[in-house]
This record gives sequence, structure tokens and C-alpha cells, in this order.
Amino acid sequence: MYNFAYHRPGSLAEAERKLKAAADGRLLAGGQTLLPTLKQRLAKPSDLIDIGRLAELSFIKADGRSVQIGATTRHATVAASAEVRKAIPALAKLAGGIGDPQVRNMGTIGGSLANSDPAADYPAAVLALGATIHTTERAIAADDFFKGLFETALKPGEIIKSVSFPVPEKAGYMKFAQPASRFCMVGVFVCKAGSGVRVAVTGAGPCAFRQSAMEKALASNFSAAAIESVKVSPAGLNADIHCSAEYRAHLVGVMARRALTEANG
Amino acid sequence: MPTVSMTVNGKSVGKTVEDRTLLVQFLRQDLGLTGTHVGCDTSQCGACVVDVNGHAVKACTLLAAQTEGARVTTIEGLAAADGALHPMQQAFMDNHALQCGFCTPGMVMSAVDLLKRHPNPDEQTIRRELEGNLCRCTGYHNIVKAVQQAAKAMAR
Ligand SMILES: Cc1cc2nc3c(=O)[nH]c(=O)nc-3n(C[C@H](O)[C@H](O)[C@H](O)COP(=O)(O)OP(=O)(O)OC[C@H]3O[C@@H](n4cnc5c(N)ncnc54)[C@H](O)[C@@H]3O)c2cc1C
Ligand code: FES
Ligand code: FES
Repeated sequence: MYNFAYHRPGSLAEAERKLKAAADGRLLAGGQTLLPTLKQRLAKPSDLIDIGRLAELSFIKADGRSVQIGATTRHATVAASAEVRKAIPALAKLAGGIGDPQVRNMGTIGGSLANSDPAADYPAAVLALGATIHTTERAIAADDFFKGLFETALKPGEIIKSVSFPVPEKAGYMKFAQPASRFCMVGVFVCKAGSGVRVAVTGAGPCAFRQSAMEKALASNFSAAAIESVKVSPAGLNADIHCSAEYRAHLVGVMARRALTEANG
Repeated sequence: MPTVSMTVNGKSVGKTVEDRTLLVQFLRQDLGLTGTHVGCDTSQCGACVVDVNGHAVKACTLLAAQTEGARVTTIEGLAAADGALHPMQQAFMDNHALQCGFCTPGMVMSAVDLLKRHPNPDEQTIRRELEGNLCRCTGYHNIVKAVQQAAKAMAR
């Protein structure tokens, strides 16, 4: 790891100032992605601004219509939250299936979204539930947030403050985990809400995306049977040593049907 | 260079270290607590697991500076002052839950942590909770048995 200057600001406002003042500053939240990246010398930031202990960014608020989660809320906290488990059980389950217990004790929702790893779990929930990402500058709709491989709509110096999830009628999540890393080979989040049906896929493309053919098929019949005949094309899907694009396309169907069964269960 | 202070196994410690110092380096090199191991150094194997403020974390994936002011417990801090082993350590011995012993400090720390959340875990829960700890010797079977014995001992 190259050396850097470490800062632990006492407030979000101070973090923003420090980030903007740094030559090449990076936020540090849980560090479960950034520190491994630095150890491999894949990045060389001048300054790390640690927001991981800012109390103002760590909270869960639920009001019946939405669940709002602060950016530095740990995966383990979301998984164990009585409020999240009651309002959106599929979201609590997703958080509880990220990595392993030690990763969940450090990793944060804001860090996961800002990173937009193609195999990350949270992006599927954010897209399928139609969440809104609140930053120091604006509110970004989930549909406008994920731009590509490790690429988001965030601008330099912009900090995620929280994410608000509308409470759905029904939702389900299923992932096929890569057995060594436990990241998603494919994960599918399905959601039925007043505003319609949304299906989001992670692990299969450069970043999380919606599966519109399934959304159409599910609009009038929200069940695993309704997507039995939906063909998923492997075109543009990821292929690597773990599995081919064809296999991922197949998994999208299987995970979607299992997620639907769970949502209806 | 920042000065980092924390409580490690009940003792207050403070050292001036490079900003990039990882907690595991701080423990092993600055404090000489070499019970915490580095297996992979890539956040995968769990040999470096310690307890920070009541939560198990991978000390190779955490800066010492991030734990400023924290209460840290390492494998050296588990046994009682009179040397009596922690029930988890005793259970690992009794069940032959280690061979080379390299993974053991992290395995024991994670196992102690899992019992806080699941005081009476079934086999599946133990295996799932130990997903972040790799052992290349035992095949895990005796580790699972040890955790079950410790759970019973600690419930008493
Ligand atoms: C062994 C292992 C297994 C894992 N398995 C999974 C898995 O199965 N599924 C999964 O989804 N993830 C997995 N992860 C990744 C984990 O979820 C990370 O916690 C997450 O990707 C990043 O969150 P963090 O808080 O650690 O971010 P950090 O590593 O601190 O930061 C990541 C990036 O986000 C930026 N950032 C952080 N917070 C903000 C913010 N509030 N606003 C703007 N930018 C910000 C940082 O500057 C950095 O560029 C795994 C990680 C490890 C080490
Ligand atoms: S050395 Fe920390 S996880 Fe392997
Ligand atoms: S006992 Fe050798 S790695 Fe576990």
C-alpha cells in the first residue's frame, strides 16, 4: 500500500471540505473494497477521509411508506434491523448474505453503491425497489445512478448521505453466490409495488440492470409461472472463469423464479 | 504520522505509526501480539480476525487509525488472568479442531463472536457463520463440533 494522509473529520460538512481540498482524496467508509484495492496498489490517493464513524450518516428510519438507511450503516446492522425485516424482509436478507460476518461488520451501503461492483448485491435492491440516493448535492433516482462497470452518476466530491427505499407490496431476492468470494454470479431482486413490477439483475452485466421482458410478463401475474417462457439473451452478459454468458443467462431465469417464489411465500 | 491509541486486551496502548498501518501490523509488529495471523492478506481467509468494540473484523482490512479509541480483543486476550483457557479454546483442544493451527486464532475469535449472536447454533448456522474463515487442514468437521461443545459449556 502506498502511503496517504489519513483524516477522520467530525462532521459531514468537514468531510466534504477535506475531500474537496485534497489533491486526490478518497472517502473511506467500511474499507472492505478500498483497502484491498490500495493493498494491491491499484490506486494511489493522496488522502483518505474516514466517514465510517460519522454518527449522522449511520441510521435506519422507517415510517410505513419508506425505509431510509444512512450511508455508513453496516451490512450487519441492516440485516439485523427489526424495522427493515418488518418493512422489506428481502432487503434485510440481501444484507445478511453479503460476503461473510466480518465483511458485514464493516462494509456499508453507501460504499457498496458508490463502488458499483458488477457482482455487488445492494445495486439489485436499489434498482428493483426504485430507491432514491440522497447525496450532499442532490437526490438521484436508482434508474439514473448505475452507469457502467464501477461507474455511477456520482460526481467528484459528491458524498452519498442516505438511501430511501419505498416499501413494496411484495419483494424477493435470490443470489447464486460465487463459492469462493460469495459475490454474486447472478442475483435477481423482484418487486411488486403500487407503481408496478420491477425486476433487477446483478452479477450478470457491467452493472446492475432491469429485466424489462420479465417486468412485462409479471405485470398481470406476479408469479414464477408467468416468466417460465421469458427467454434471457446471453448477449452482452459477463463471461469469466467462473461461468459463461449462456450460463449466467440461464441463472437469471432460475434466480428470478426463486425470488418470485420467495416474494409470494 | 498519527498517534494511535486504543485498549488492547484491557491495556491502554498508544504508538505513533504511519497512516497506512493496518491494525494487524499494529498488533503484530508494534505491540508484539503475534497470535493474530496473516493468512491471505486479501480479506478472504479470516486468520486475522479480532474483536473491535464487540464486533469480529478482519484486522488485515482495517487501518490502525480507524480503531482509534476502540476496545480491541485478540486471541491473547481470551484466556482468564490465571491462564484458564476460554471455553472455546478448551473446546478446540478437546475436539482436535486444529492441525497446523494457522487458522485457529481467527477461527476461535469468529466462533466466540458467532455464539454472541447464536448462543445455541445448529451445524448449518455454524458453517454459514464461519464462511469468512478458511482452514486448509481440518475439513471443518471438528471445528463445528468444538463450537457446539463451547456453546453448551458457555450456556451453563
Ligand atoms: C471477502 C469479501 C467478500 C465480499 N462479498 C461481497 C458480496 O457477496 N456482495 C457484495 O455486494 N459485496 C461484497 N463485498 C464488498 C463489501 O460489501 C464492501 O463493503 C462494499 O463493496 C464497499 O463498502 P465499504 O463501506 O467497505 O466501502 P469502502 O471500501 O470504504 O469504499 C468503497 C468506495 O466507495 C467510496 N465511498 C464510500 N462511501 C461513500 C459515500 N458515502 N459516498 C460516496 N462514495 C463513497 C469510497 O471512496 C471508495 O471508492 C465483499 C468484500 C470482501 C472483502
Ligand atoms: S489475513 Fe486477513 S482475511 Fe486473510
Ligand atoms: S488447522 Fe491448519 S489451516 Fe486450519
